[in-house]
Amino acid sequence: MAQAVEKVATSPKEHDALISGSEAIAVACKLADVDVITAYPIRPYDTVMQYVAKLVSNGELDCEYIVAESEHSQFEIVKHASAAGARVFCGSSGVGWMYAFEALTVTPALRIPMVAMVGNRALDDPGAFGVEHNDALAVRDLGWQLVWVDNAQEALDTALIAYRVAEDRRVFLPCAIACDGAFLTHSQSQVKIPPQEWVKRFLPPYNRGDLLLHPDNPITVAPQVNEDWLMEIRKHNDEAMKRSKTVIREAYAEFAKIFGRDYGNPFFEEYQTQDADVVLVGMGTLSMPVKVAIRRMRAEGKKVGFVRIRWFRPFVAEELAATLGRFKAVGIIDRDFSFGSPYTSGVLATEVRAALYPAEKRPPVLAFICGLGGREVTVPDVQRMSEMLLRAAAGERQPLTTWVGIRE
Amino acid sequence: MADAIETTLPTQQLEAMKGVKKVPLEEFFTSGHRTCQGCESALVMKLMVKAAGPRTIVLGSTGCMYVANTTYYSTSWVVPWMHTQLGSSGSAGMGTAAALKVLMRKGKMKEEPINVIAFCGDGGGADMGLSAISAALTHPQYNFLILLYDNESYANTDIQLSGLTPYGAHTTFSPPGKAKRIMHRRWKKNVAGMLAAGHPECRYVATVDASYAVEMMNRVRKALTIGGPTFIHSLDPCPKGWDYDPMLSHELGELAVDAGVWPLYEVENGLLKLYGRTKQIAEKRARRKPVRDFLLKQGRFAHFTDDDIDYFQAKIDEMWTKWLIPGVIPFHTELDRDQPPA
Ligand SMILES: Cc1ncc(C[n+]2csc(CCOP(=O)(O)OP(=O)(O)O)c2C)c(N)n1
Ligand code: SF4
Ligand SMILES: [Mg+2]
Repeated sequence: MAQAVEKVATSPKEHDALISGSEAIAVACKLADVDVITAYPIRPYDTVMQYVAKLVSNGELDCEYIVAESEHSQFEIVKHASAAGARVFCGSSGVGWMYAFEALTVTPALRIPMVAMVGNRALDDPGAFGVEHNDALAVRDLGWQLVWVDNAQEALDTALIAYRVAEDRRVFLPCAIACDGAFLTHSQSQVKIPPQEWVKRFLPPYNRGDLLLHPDNPITVAPQVNEDWLMEIRKHNDEAMKRSKTVIREAYAEFAKIFGRDYGNPFFEEYQTQDADVVLVGMGTLSMPVKVAIRRMRAEGKKVGFVRIRWFRPFVAEELAATLGRFKAVGIIDRDFSFGSPYTSGVLATEVRAALYPAEKRPPVLAFICGLGGREVTVPDVQRMSEMLLRAAAGERQPLTTWVGIRE
Repeated sequence: MADAIETTLPTQQLEAMKGVKKVPLEEFFTSGHRTCQGCESALVMKLMVKAAGPRTIVLGSTGCMYVANTTYYSTSWVVPWMHTQLGSSGSAGMGTAAALKVLMRKGKMKEEPINVIAFCGDGGGADMGLSAISAALTHPQYNFLILLYDNESYANTDIQLSGLTPYGAHTTFSPPGKAKRIMHRRWKKNVAGMLAAGHPECRYVATVDASYAVEMMNRVRKALTIGGPTFIHSLDPCPKGWDYDPMLSHELGELAVDAGVWPLYEVENGLLKLYGRTKQIAEKRARRKPVRDFLLKQGRFAHFTDDDIDYFQAKIDEMWTKWLIPGVIPFHTELDRDQPPA
């Protein structure tokens, strides 16, 4: 890892390195010249902080690196540092993220453009280190931008994009980059590391402007507003989140120009959808077995496609609904649960169904709960889900929600 | 660069104000607040920031000094002010100080010593926020002061007992009843002593009392000048929570010290100094007043019997006669036992 990073400092051109998702985000922190970083241990996200610690101890990243005494303090420290004008980075996993929940709640309300990494992890009890998406999803209503990535390159690129979007004055909202525990945080792949100059061109300095807490700008931040003003302030946040869609589009377009990697539609990736009869929809690293299964089924003439959602917040409902309307049946794979929710499905399925409701074309939607607690989502699992979808497309009644890959 | 990371920024050199006539007239906590009449904590806010001056950032955790002081469009703060969560005063002070330090080091902000003060109530500081404050005090590279204003209850939420509510006090969570006259049987935590003893890198800890306003302001100035993370604990009579006539606030503040309930001391670079009336009592130049005089002026102790008062008095006596360092460190040494009776 040290090697990978040394090259960043000297090379004028982009170079390749074999690194994990966590390390990719640590490298992004260095490239973004982050000012204040706070750490607290919890698996699996904490690998990013181990890499950051090495960058700091080797003198490759000049920042205040603070090991907090809890996640609550971890997020509060960077929240305040950001209010005072510092670019900040933070992160957590599972119950650690939940321990910080109060801080997570006020961060978007204060218009703090924090970038955080969530190494998705099950909310133990009972104990489990593996991936589940419930941790990151818990902030979905609060004004956090939430983006899921599925490989180390995308993790690095998205972290740079996240700073640009979050710190855009039209947005000023925090952004969490969700990385599946183990499957991404700990898995290495070949990553192109861009030179500092490209990043400088892409990412302007953080300018808090008239919201800066400084004696030259003596403002009172977060006063008591009560029923007099709270609704108007909430509406500001609502508008900022809406504007974030435009800013995300701009950022990806600019990213493609400078870095030469074009992600196409920033919000979701389509795989073999052009002629597909049915599609699966999911987030994160389950894209790997899904894509393998699709290739196999295609060889058997079964026209299955895949839509991988990147940005869960903001959620591009119209665009996604229009896309999904093209197919005869849609299957949502949730790596999370939402007990007692409509049709007792998962969070993503509930949101996609809500997005489809006003659409002209509403294909049948099947919900699948899969891969909880880090259980592998296997190729046969995906084939089973696809078969159910194909039956639904043929007009056969299928259960609305199915737990897949579970002991009978 | 490695060295630069370790250095501390210079602090403002704020000299002690010699007498009330030397206190500047400028206010940085002014009109617009709606605290109760006679609220001593509001006075603490005013004196604290008067002592610190205009180049100061103040962070305030949830409580009366947030809710009553920052009504939208009528904030009483002239200096930049930001709310922090109930248990976050330590993190707020440290996060702000860390930002100033790194931004100045990297040339992203004009270099200048800026005071950072994070305040908290007794609930926010000594209960919920204690671990964050403790952690913050172990970071000598950042300059900030944590000021705990202790009105001895969760006042803003309608006077509930906290870890700093005195023994036996009537609060809405400890009402005297028919079966239990005394609901609250815990003894007040010794926060300043605990923090001073437990944080060897913290260069300044003090207790203050706004009834001695100049003394109090000078301790704020000293803390900010010494730098690193520092801590001040202020005892603030609260007419609503303590249940007394608002005009008695100043007098009760004095009585707390005179009765020996609230010892005034500072620990400066490890050196413990008693000051003010407390020093006179310790040196036997003044007599400790009976706690009865202090307790019975407050409605929250109105249900006390003579036995309760005796118990309270005995605990205070013990603090003065048995503690290793009276009023500060509550250990007894084996040596004491072997000594002949005085
Ligand atoms: C996490 C959290 N729990 C509870 C509250 C409710 N609350 C608001 S103010 C307050 C009282 C705080 O007491 P203290 O710190 O002593 O300050 P005071 O009100 O006495 O000035 C409480 C409990 C809160 N704001 N946040
Ligand atoms: S309840 Fe006490 S601390 Fe709160 S405003 Fe009133 S007097 Fe001040
Ligand atoms: Mg209080």
